[in-house]
Amino acid sequence: MSTIPQQPTPQSAALGQPTTFLPQSDQEVPAEAQARRTTSGVRIGDTLSLIGAVLAALALATVFSTQVAPIRGSLAFILVTYALFLAIYALLVWLDESASVVVDRIVAVIVQSGAFLLVLTLTSVLFYTVERGHKAVVHANLFTHDMTTTGPLDPLTSGGVGHAIVGTLIQITIALAITIPLGITAALFLTEVPGPFSRFVRTIVEAMTALPSVVAGLFILSSFILVLGFDKSGLAAGLAITVMMLPIMIRAADVVFRLVPGTLKEASLGLGAGQFRTVLNVVLPTARSGLTTAIILATARGIGETSPVLLTAGFTASLNTNPVHGPMVSLPLAVFEFVKSPEPNMVARAFGAAVVLMLLVLVLFVSARILGAQDVAKKSKRRQRNAAIRRRVVGLAGRIRPSSSDPAPEPESTSLSTGSSHA
Amino acid sequence: MLHLVREVTDDAAIEGFIDQPRKIKLVRDLPDKIFRGVASAGGVTVLLIMLLVGTFLALKAAPALHQAGFKFFTTQAWNPDSKHFGVAAVLVGTILIALVAVVVAVPLSTCTALYITEYAPRRMKTVFIGVIDLMAAIPSIVYGLWGFFFLQAKLASVSAWIAQHFGWIPIFHVSGVNSHTAISSYTLFTSSTLIAGLVVGMMITPVITSIMREVFSQVPMGEREGALGLGATKAGVIRTVVLPFGRGGMIGGTMLGLGRALGETIAVYLIISPVFTIQPHILQSGAISVSSLIALQFAEANSFGLSALMAAGLTLFLMTLVINFAASSVVARSRSGASS
Repeated sequence: MSTIPQQPTPQSAALGQPTTFLPQSDQEVPAEAQARRTTSGVRIGDTLSLIGAVLAALALATVFSTQVAPIRGSLAFILVTYALFLAIYALLVWLDESASVVVDRIVAVIVQSGAFLLVLTLTSVLFYTVERGHKAVVHANLFTHDMTTTGPLDPLTSGGVGHAIVGTLIQITIALAITIPLGITAALFLTEVPGPFSRFVRTIVEAMTALPSVVAGLFILSSFILVLGFDKSGLAAGLAITVMMLPIMIRAADVVFRLVPGTLKEASLGLGAGQFRTVLNVVLPTARSGLTTAIILATARGIGETSPVLLTAGFTASLNTNPVHGPMVSLPLAVFEFVKSPEPNMVARAFGAAVVLMLLVLVLFVSARILGAQDVAKKSKRRQRNAAIRRRVVGLAGRIRPSSSDPAPEPESTSLSTGSSHA
Repeated sequence: MLHLVREVTDDAAIEGFIDQPRKIKLVRDLPDKIFRGVASAGGVTVLLIMLLVGTFLALKAAPALHQAGFKFFTTQAWNPDSKHFGVAAVLVGTILIALVAVVVAVPLSTCTALYITEYAPRRMKTVFIGVIDLMAAIPSIVYGLWGFFFLQAKLASVSAWIAQHFGWIPIFHVSGVNSHTAISSYTLFTSSTLIAGLVVGMMITPVITSIMREVFSQVPMGEREGALGLGATKAGVIRTVVLPFGRGGMIGGTMLGLGRALGETIAVYLIISPVFTIQPHILQSGAISVSSLIALQFAEANSFGLSALMAAGLTLFLMTLVINFAASSVVARSRSGASS
């Protein structure tokens, strides 16, 4: 099958012959042998060696665990199987590939199984919580009742975390009422009033994102409650959550504001608008979806925090809607207190409350995703697409209508379509 | 027209007019002034709150630090009532839990970030990004429940196996275990540093992953294609192009995750059983961290006890602060730039 390229000789060049020759094989290849090659990277042999390695590893691990050295627990068995699988797969690939291909395959397997393991863990966290909590969640009283008349031994049909749901909502409302205006103003200060002072503020804010949440709770406990003499209350918990959320919020809003294109701002200034007008009519509308996402994600963090609330809100079994007076429990705190009890029903309630908490976070998260996806570029793209569709529909209608009634109203249909595209 | 202008300037030059830059005088109208005033007031308020937290912590911690002196960093016990307390054991415990968390989280995050940027098909990519973000939003108490009720039972057998066969390595040593111990005594292995660290690791994995993914996705296409054109396999591209490019982001992300791991409270509190001696055996039951110490002791503490807890909290805060600043400077200096 070797090919013999014909060397251009001086004579042929002198004779005016072409000096470039296509290499020609000395054998005629039959046409049907030139099958189309697949360029896909996956070959049947690869898949087979993968499956073979899995089966071999499973079999070996079983033999190993039953005959040689007993392995206790499913986790240990899986670990041993995985190690064996890697070794066998490497061996199988090494049989007919070079060393670098072996490395490539092993790296691919490790990377993909690592990512798979992460998703598996998350699924296990979600499903385990739901599985343990579903007994409590199916009873509607979990959402409406409080724990005033319910003891640890009472069945799941009595008592609930209604007071904790209300408490969570009140506390996060207090925190948001302070965090959103203050956070956005401060972020505007960082981007719109640049200078050494705002750089200093930015450094301090970034430093405070490192503040452990329990220390934020400790701060409110020793200042607001012990020095100023307030009760442990929903307000104190809201303030503790505020101290924790504020730096996160400012940082996120700062990033969003810095992403607003400078050309937009310059266009506004060039048209004669002042800085305030520019912020109001250009910066804030452009950053709106990003800001919404930042707020919602910060809210999800704030709702889930236990430690600041643990130190500042106190614990109560009854519903308290007054944020300034008396202890007020929140959902994570309720989970934390319930789970300390050895009674299975209390633990089931704890998991039920955790499911409610997760649902709350999930709703926030999904709404953040939906709102966050609506950025300016996508919106304008969608508007263009809609306009194109409308144009086509109108054009189609214009073409159908004349054919049935009027033979030649062509100009009218085009004017209609252009009109709709501008609308 | 042009001629006219020329003439005018010539005349001006003749009359001794010297061309010099005009003074730019910026006149802001009233709304702008109010806006800048309000924004600055917001900035100053935030600054005051943040400084208040810091100075208040320091002031409140001062009595305890003054009482204990340098012994605060060398004493292991925590008895503020008898004036015998220190953070030696607590800090070591915190760092051990955080180290276990980072050792678990970094390979996992690297794999996931590489999978998202290098291997995943387009649709899986968005699914994975959503999953990682969701994982970051799940409350820590849920991870704590999962770790306490689910992982602990599953992991005890693995801990027992490691302790029996690798107990000669100091950190895996568990006192009271030899090769003939019945493994039914699982209580030796529950509530350990390892389990707390694993759960915290699960919590910081999404943080690290999202930073690494961001950095890996900025690897220049030309360099990737260059490596592929020179005959590199996918693993070769990762080793020679992606990882070196993203090294700064990887280190920065890891340090940010470490900062988060140091401050984690509730999940650790649920899992550990507190001990106040330096406990270097990560499989052995019993561990402690600064934040769980605060959550454990604040209720019974008198004002001096609170001061001591404040001192511990301040130590933790300063530690996370240093790590965070180091992380952001590493990320900013790396080739991939300040992406986070």
